[in-house]
Amino acid sequence: MTGCLMLAAVNFHTLLFYLFALLACGFAVGVVVADNVVRMALYLVLSLGATAGLFFLAGAEFIGAMQLMIYVGGTLVLLVFGVMLTAQAPFVTIKTSPGDRVLAGVVAASLLALLLQAAFSVEAWRRPGLGEVAQPAATPIGVALVGVRVDEPPAGTPPGVRSGYLLPFEIVSIHLLVVLVGAAYLARAKRRRTQRAIDVAASVQSLVEPVVEVPRQARGSASALATGGTR
Amino acid sequence: MADFLINSVGLPPWLAWTVVAGVAAFLILNVIAGGALVFIWAERKIAARIQDRLGPTRTGGRFGWLQSLADGIKLLAKEDLMPEGADGLLFRIAPYVSFCASFAAFIALPFAFDFVGQRLNVGVFFVVAVLGLEVFGVILAGYASASKWSLFGAMREAAQVVSYEVPLGMCVVVPVMLAGTMDLVTIAEKQAGWFTNWYLFHDPFTFVVFWVYVTCAVASVNRAPFDLAEAESELVAGFHTEYSGLRWSFFFMAEYGSMFLVSALAAVLFLGGWNGPVPVATLLGLSEGTGDTAHYFVRLIGCGNLLLKATLGVLVMMWIRWTLPRLRIDQVMTVCLKYCTPIAAVMFAGAMLWQLFLPGGLAPGLSRPAGEVREGWLPGPGGAARGSVGQAAEKTVAQVQP
Amino acid sequence: MSGMLGIGVAIAGPVFAAADGVSVAHYLVVGAILFTAGIVCMAVKRNALGVLMGIELVLNGANVNFIAFASPYLRGQGAVSLGIDGQVIALFVILLAAAEAAVALAITLNFYNNHSTVDVDRADDLKG
Repeated sequence: MTGCLMLAAVNFHTLLFYLFALLACGFAVGVVVADNVVRMALYLVLSLGATAGLFFLAGAEFIGAMQLMIYVGGTLVLLVFGVMLTAQAPFVTIKTSPGDRVLAGVVAASLLALLLQAAFSVEAWRRPGLGEVAQPAATPIGVALVGVRVDEPPAGTPPGVRSGYLLPFEIVSIHLLVVLVGAAYLARAKRRRTQRAIDVAASVQSLVEPVVEVPRQARGSASALATGGTR
Repeated sequence: MADFLINSVGLPPWLAWTVVAGVAAFLILNVIAGGALVFIWAERKIAARIQDRLGPTRTGGRFGWLQSLADGIKLLAKEDLMPEGADGLLFRIAPYVSFCASFAAFIALPFAFDFVGQRLNVGVFFVVAVLGLEVFGVILAGYASASKWSLFGAMREAAQVVSYEVPLGMCVVVPVMLAGTMDLVTIAEKQAGWFTNWYLFHDPFTFVVFWVYVTCAVASVNRAPFDLAEAESELVAGFHTEYSGLRWSFFFMAEYGSMFLVSALAAVLFLGGWNGPVPVATLLGLSEGTGDTAHYFVRLIGCGNLLLKATLGVLVMMWIRWTLPRLRIDQVMTVCLKYCTPIAAVMFAGAMLWQLFLPGGLAPGLSRPAGEVREGWLPGPGGAARGSVGQAAEKTVAQVQP
Repeated sequence: MSGMLGIGVAIAGPVFAAADGVSVAHYLVVGAILFTAGIVCMAVKRNALGVLMGIELVLNGANVNFIAFASPYLRGQGAVSLGIDGQVIALFVILLAAAEAAVALAITLNFYNNHSTVDVDRADDLKG
């Protein structure tokens, strides 16, 4: 066993690529297949973490770290908060009808076939790469976001064509500010004249409970009050 | 070390790299686990002395040296419980998620010039990003315990950690701006020389930013006075109420590992990293080189320097814990959003203006010129030439910085 | 025992066969699988948060594609890649996905407060 391991050269880049790709795709399929919404959230976190590993392997260190910090560490924490807030017993597992699932499976299979055919269609994409250590890209990206391009242009580009990314950077900054204000407004605690549907449901339950408890008064009024109180 | 294995021992390259990775992981694991043992003992002794009592005095001699070991053995032998309504997979996986996040952040932390797991160009960013992943273990633990107290503790802790990432990020950006790179090795290298080179003493804004960083770091690892998640007097034990034995010890290794990590990060960013207060190696005439036994010895001393500074940071955190009362959750959020974030933002602006108008600092003679730094990215002594990218970038950077 | 060896060889085969490197097509396959999984998630899940997770998967599939096109190390000698442009596009996608997830969660929370359920099949107030 070790003999054949020593003979064959293990290319770590390829090995790690397959590892991360299997994790990312496997957990993505797990998100689709899982019924429990909390487990779906966990699988999504692991899938996106493995995708960050793929980014590191492709040489995009800065984007990989961004993915971990913003996507996994920010967006998914938000998502998990949302899951926790709404993961009451009846909503943790909501099943879809089998007919819908079959239809979705057929559409997905045809879409996947189309995409895979497109992925293998261009000859230039099938040639294997160098797989060497990445060129650091943090400074060129940072400077490009301020408007200056310092990376070398591909051969044949006329001078002065490439622009920096200052305008999209500013637009995204304003966009994030707008989203911050908007989301905070949408999710504010509202003072309502009419009760929320949740509170109506809860108060109906608390009204029903003592009525049901009356025939069992032998247990004493204390227990009826207790069950009514914890509703 | 990989070159030594490939050339002298004759191993195939892939096996040599595997061995190097294994040795690095083993060393870091020892730092975390051994550190946790030492810190738990230190915490009990410090807590005892602050509370005017003695602490462990029986196990292993007069000072209770072996108390942590005894605790570890006890935890290993404990019964492995799981609450009845708990989600099995999530309950089991939560401690490992927390521990892996804490462990993975050590990859990019440099212990000396060549003693770094992986020299990342975005080292600072990576460490801060991975620190923010620890919150998943906490949330999973709180939810999977099927107990509302655990869930409350977990939600509070998650809200706290996520909120404090904002001022933490802003505090961390100030030394990055002063050094001009996110590479942790380069940031520490630029603080070589006398202790006046340390970024802590670079300008008053960075000095204030260091203390804001300490506050945010303490909140980020959920230590008192920000330890609502494990508030013993309120929530039993918060998110790890239902955990016992080895699973609980994983959470605690993750917590002490994170404490050590943020202290080591503070040491690298603000306190000069592995450089001591007096540049002994330079005074002795040892020029910065590689591959010699003397330089290896110098680097070992540097590693010891960093461990000493990080340990001091952890001890200061313990001191704060047993001195200050606990904050309420609304006070925690107020401190984050109304105090730490604006102060960090204003100090960042101040440090930026200082760097613009006084780039050499108040005493230009004491600071080390940037040209001698062994930056792995820009072409220069010891750095790999990157061709036109490096030169073009260096030209642009030189135009921007006076 | 021989079965395990067979499985090991089957897994190790492509690893050693592709020992000369991973190409862009490998990354595109991963992106395609993530994208398709996201589409199925959006179509099949009745939980509003499940639909949101599908959206995140779709955006990540697109990001994997961008990073694959942007990397000069997945192409052979002398080939041209997108370079920094691809990475900056992926960066903006991440930022906008975060913004959109925040708004989507606020909408979901409002939906939950109004209908006391996160089941999207119950959102049929405007049904004719």
